[in-house]
Amino acid sequence: MKPPPFEYHSPGTLQQALRCLSEFDNARLLAGGQTLMPMLNLRLASPDHLIDLGGVQGLSDITEEGDDIAIGAMTAQRTIEFSALVKRRLPLLSEAILCVGHRQTRNRGTIGGSLCHLDPSAELPLVAMAFDATVFAASAAGTRAIPMATFAVDFMTPAIEAGEIVTVIRFRPWPEGHGAAFIEFARRKGDFAIVAVAAMLTLGSDGRIARASLAVGGVGPIPVRVPEAEAILTGGAPDAAMFARAAAPCAEIEPLTDPHAPPWYRRSVATTLARRALQTAYERAMKNLHG
Amino acid sequence: MAEPLMASIAVTVNGVEQVRDVEQRLTLADFLRHELNLTGTHLGCEHGVCGACTVLVDGISMRSCLMLAVQANRRSIETVEGLAGESGLNPLQLAFWERHGLQCGFCTPGILMSLTELLRDNPRPTEAEVRDVLSGHLCRCTGYQNIVAAALDAAAALDQGVAQ
Repeated sequence: MKPPPFEYHSPGTLQQALRCLSEFDNARLLAGGQTLMPMLNLRLASPDHLIDLGGVQGLSDITEEGDDIAIGAMTAQRTIEFSALVKRRLPLLSEAILCVGHRQTRNRGTIGGSLCHLDPSAELPLVAMAFDATVFAASAAGTRAIPMATFAVDFMTPAIEAGEIVTVIRFRPWPEGHGAAFIEFARRKGDFAIVAVAAMLTLGSDGRIARASLAVGGVGPIPVRVPEAEAILTGGAPDAAMFARAAAPCAEIEPLTDPHAPPWYRRSVATTLARRALQTAYERAMKNLHG
Repeated sequence: MAEPLMASIAVTVNGVEQVRDVEQRLTLADFLRHELNLTGTHLGCEHGVCGACTVLVDGISMRSCLMLAVQANRRSIETVEGLAGESGLNPLQLAFWERHGLQCGFCTPGILMSLTELLRDNPRPTEAEVRDVLSGHLCRCTGYQNIVAAALDAAAALDQGVAQ
């Protein structure tokens, strides 16, 4: 038997799940299990209680709420991949989800699980960062909204308090006609990215960039926005030289050091991918506007 | 030692309902292999990387090492043992035979299950789509070329079968 002994709980409602979480010591929440199950099999995690959110009603829907798209935390990555609504309104997420693991892991892995695990190279936290998405966490005291900028605290450390469960992630779609691009470099398809870049641009009627978002994952301990790049882009006339100038600040991100890639390499890849992502996002925006 | 914590589950495996008392921490893979003696599902890495243990849960491919048996309660599981019919190997298995799509055969059960899902959802996949699905499986013998060829052959054979 691989996993250490634990008591398994399968609450049917969020209230029951919250009660389990407050009642039991050393409890872990199980979402899609594509990270926690390996940790249990390797005995890197030894919870006394495992609270499976798989049976909790109402946590796995993708809905339009006002101007936002709300994605339940237990929504499978597969569901996002095949969602026509996501494809139409959140093209960046639609492109990025194809880089998340493999067919067989996307079938079970969830968006909430990925955000809470917060691997520095993971695609979904990076996309949430690029969108300034809002993460909602429920507790016995009620629900609070956590902007993505403060949700990612540090290396694999989300701003989730004891007794809280992430329930939904809200994305504010960019206006129709915007251009988005997600590019990552990994050793093999489906591996965690060595560097991943997300870019979104809107063009004004004068052809200048009206709004820009550039986010980089895999370089630092958490995915980051690059405000210097966004400042260079916003209001400017787009061309290759400008995208190169805007990508240059990616070399200033304080990188991780691990066996996969040295810091100078990550910085160099980040700068190159940022330039390409901006160029692609621009070309897509032009195509969306002018066909 | 404390008494092991048990749960009662009813799972349909390859069309047959199985009712068992299992330890709560038992993985679906170990349930299939040790409780049901369905040892066609292989276990390689046991942390979701190699893909050997892939089975279909309600028709969708998943790693059976990353799922608990209790989570399969009231669900339908398909394993490699369910592929061959009365008359022998099914078209996908035959294509693997014809194309030499396996050597040691360790990874094969998982790959067959993923390709079964692919061919149901998308009867005429492109080579790129086949390779995308195969990216979730490790094979150290074949170099994948013959697996891709077998998958495309099987798609063509199934398509022809439908046309007839």
